Amino acid sequence: MYLLAGGFFFLLGGLEALLIRIQLMYPDLDIFVGGTFNQLLTMHGTTMIFFAAMPIIFALLNAIVPLQIGARDVAFPFINALGLWLFFLGGVILNASWFLGAGAPEAGWTAYAPLSTPAFSHMGVDFYVLGLQVAGIGTWLGGINFLVTIINMRAPGLTFMRLPMFTWTAFVTSALVLFAFPAITVNLILLMFDRLFGGAFFNADMGGNVVIWQHLFWIFGHPEVYILILPAFGIVSDVISTFSKKRLFGHSAMVFATVLIGFLGFMVWAHHMFTVGMGPIANSLFALATMLIAVPTGIKIFNWLFTMWGGQVRINTASLWSIGFIPTFLIGGMTGVMLGVAPADFQYQDTYFVIAHFHYTIVGGMVFGLFSGMYYWWPKMFGKMLNEKLGKWNFWTFFIGFNLTFFPQHFLGLMGMPRRVFTFLPNAGLEMGNFVSTIGAFGMTLSILIFLLNIVITNRSEQTVPADPWDGRTLEWTIPSPAPEYNFAQTPLVRGLDALWVEKMEGNGQISYAEPLGRIHMPSPSVLPFLMAIGLTFAAFGFIYHTWFVAATGLIFTFVLMSIRSVKDDPGYYIEVEDIDEGVKV
Amino acid sequence: MSQWKKAWRLLPLLAVMMLVLTGCGQDPFLSALTPRGPVAEQQFYLIKLSIYIMMGVFAVVMVIYVYVLVRFRHRPGQTGIPEQIEGSHKLEIIWTTIPLILLTILAIPTVKITFDLAEKFPTDDALQVKVIAHQFWWEYEYPDLGISAAQDLYIPTGEKVQFQLTSEDVIHSFWAPALGGKTDTNPGMVNAMWLQADDPGVYKGKCAELCGDSHTLMDFKIVAMDRPEFDAWVEKMKEPHVSSSDVAEGEQIFADSCISCHAIDATQGLDIPDFAPNLRNFGDRVVLANYFNMDDETIAEWIKNPEKMKPGNLMPGFADELDDQQLASLVDYLNTLSVK
Ligand code: HEM
Ligand SMILES: [Cu+2]
Repeated sequence: MYLLAGGFFFLLGGLEALLIRIQLMYPDLDIFVGGTFNQLLTMHGTTMIFFAAMPIIFALLNAIVPLQIGARDVAFPFINALGLWLFFLGGVILNASWFLGAGAPEAGWTAYAPLSTPAFSHMGVDFYVLGLQVAGIGTWLGGINFLVTIINMRAPGLTFMRLPMFTWTAFVTSALVLFAFPAITVNLILLMFDRLFGGAFFNADMGGNVVIWQHLFWIFGHPEVYILILPAFGIVSDVISTFSKKRLFGHSAMVFATVLIGFLGFMVWAHHMFTVGMGPIANSLFALATMLIAVPTGIKIFNWLFTMWGGQVRINTASLWSIGFIPTFLIGGMTGVMLGVAPADFQYQDTYFVIAHFHYTIVGGMVFGLFSGMYYWWPKMFGKMLNEKLGKWNFWTFFIGFNLTFFPQHFLGLMGMPRRVFTFLPNAGLEMGNFVSTIGAFGMTLSILIFLLNIVITNRSEQTVPADPWDGRTLEWTIPSPAPEYNFAQTPLVRGLDALWVEKMEGNGQISYAEPLGRIHMPSPSVLPFLMAIGLTFAAFGFIYHTWFVAATGLIFTFVLMSIRSVKDDPGYYIEVEDIDEGVKV
Repeated sequence: MSQWKKAWRLLPLLAVMMLVLTGCGQDPFLSALTPRGPVAEQQFYLIKLSIYIMMGVFAVVMVIYVYVLVRFRHRPGQTGIPEQIEGSHKLEIIWTTIPLILLTILAIPTVKITFDLAEKFPTDDALQVKVIAHQFWWEYEYPDLGISAAQDLYIPTGEKVQFQLTSEDVIHSFWAPALGGKTDTNPGMVNAMWLQADDPGVYKGKCAELCGDSHTLMDFKIVAMDRPEFDAWVEKMKEPHVSSSDVAEGEQIFADSCISCHAIDATQGLDIPDFAPNLRNFGDRVVLANYFNMDDETIAEWIKNPEKMKPGNLMPGFADELDDQQLASLVDYLNTLSVK
């Protein structure tokens, strides 16, 4: 579900990006200009970050983390469903702005005040403010759920230091969600007061302060980019280790680096604000803190390389995405250090150089990682292997298209092209870079179409996949593909890092179990989460249209459902022993 | 299998090609890579230093990367299990320490230049300019000289100019890449920075912070001239405009329709932000309304329908009020608003 909805929003955001690139293909075009262009760029950013990247990550977290820790499900299936619906309806609210009100929000995905206050923007921003709040609650609940799952539901013997890297990164990412999302929520509430109730938090004429928005936004926003990239680190670690047939080099150093990155991620928000006028002391401190992040990131890169060193590196689509990840993410990381050099950032800030940088990290990093994870875990999630031939085409078209799109943008930025402009003048050396960039965007579009085709073909094909198609190392490969709804017939017993590999090496060929086969308790499905999310959506529209009684009704409806949920006992149901498909041998 | 090897060979080629293709033909008055003053130079120095360090790192990583991929590829028929190495403390320490050293090399000039660029001058030392950003135009006040101007910023060459930047509406960002990096203009606050142009010339500037529908069109120019010329410019700016009788009709129209928003006296209204650009030296503008060609036709077009050319700007259109003949005489008058 997360994957489907996230995928849908990803296509939407991608289409918006393509339109942006088409407008910038040649100088002085006027297909999408002024406010229309600003709506496109705002919706592209907002959709990609909040409604494509986050849910696709959550999809993998949901599907894989329980399997990697030997759990039957996440800790709170009810909250999980609620989170899903809140995220989805939040996206619906945001995108409804295209058709309702006065068009989509146009103040950028960063929605800097006072451009996002009512004096300088139209109703679209109301959809942004309320859509993100609804979705944000969902994401936050999801984060808590994963934290509790990983802390409480690990199989016997699976100590923290034996957790697979993907689960570790899921853990740190969830912790970041827990601490970062409240900052944006507070910010959105302040903006909501300004927009709906005549507040003046961001109105300088009435004693407000416009820079507060940026601080709160980036206190959320910077951890957010680590929320996005850490799971990709985890995927790449698992994939490289599996396909090198070696354990992850320096597993404990990797864990340490992940935690350190997560921690430092909270200390550097103001490097997005070097030009705001914070003064040399603050600028220097944030510059130094930013550079420091390069150290744990470098540790990761070298550990991946040395995992492959001495191994038997198998090349297939899943591993190609991870192998391609290393140089592209490296470039993104290096331009990140460059951006951390505060005085030089005065030149980079708000130019195409920044666009190039964060696409190298988010696309070249996170998206590559997600594709890798998708090809790697597809058999476990859906019981079929994605087509390898199309997979290679998918990878190469994307890899080339991606570099064509974003590599020239470094130079465009340095040569004086600001970001978020709908056109540029001829004869300033900007034509070629922009043209190449747009061609690259078509390359990526082609690649995504190939991927969709691959899904369709794979879905239609008749195939059965063994439990362990890749010669895997971790617990998810001990159960059938696709994973049954109860995941593990018997809770496994973990005897080391890479639990399955340990058993393979001892010639057991099978994981040992921590409990006898017994009937399995399952939660019953419930419509309550969906209805609660509908209630909040209702309330959001009430706020957007200033119809307070609709807003109140929506809120009360949700509260009533919450009380029902609290008093009603859900006994769940059992899957009897006869119905459990047990015989998995690997 | 072989197909991906081939493509790999293409990659560096591609990168080099792109460098050549995009790197050349840049505009020396716009690009941050062609610094024309000490601020941009120091920043360019840091850009280069960090690029060199990063390229070194990239090269090292890529050598290991390519070696690993070639040497440790799974070969058909290869069996056996590689040694399961846990890790190496020594290596971990090495690749923690070396980056730390490299970062220190980068950090020292970073901090030094951060403080250099933040230096503020005593008022009697440097020329002071107040920059007031508006949606979507720029206002400049020279408090010590007693004049104000719009759109094109005139400065003397070879000396530091001290800026105080603020905004009347949303956040904009003042950026002339060839002279130096940007500083945001925040409503309700005043930021400081300094720039210096080494040589005379017309440097291109841009608003770098999304500020509304016409953000893209919010350029500006910095006209740098040698000190004597600059002083002469200041003196002329101080004089009231005297119009000739040839353009009396245009002058009358201007007095009826335009002067309520546009001042044509550069010494008037200092300390209060203007509502519209001061047109005292409009005839000398490099471009019209920061973006468009300075020819009679375009100027008339602008007056008729500014919203069409610059969506969201605050100037009303005069298409209904003024006929073509009146517009022509108005434009003639506007062109005489010059201090050259
Ligand atoms: C027919 C009379 C008018 C004439 C001839 C005129 C002329 C101009 C010109 C030539 C510019 C471009 C300035 C430049 O390049 O520096 C301009 C900009 C502007 N005018 Fe007018 N104007 C007139 C009336 C008005 C009125 C009545 C208002 C106020 C309500 C106004 C507000 C503005 C504003 C805000 C801008 C800046 C637009 C931007 O670049 O974003 N003008 N005008
Ligand atoms: Cu602006």
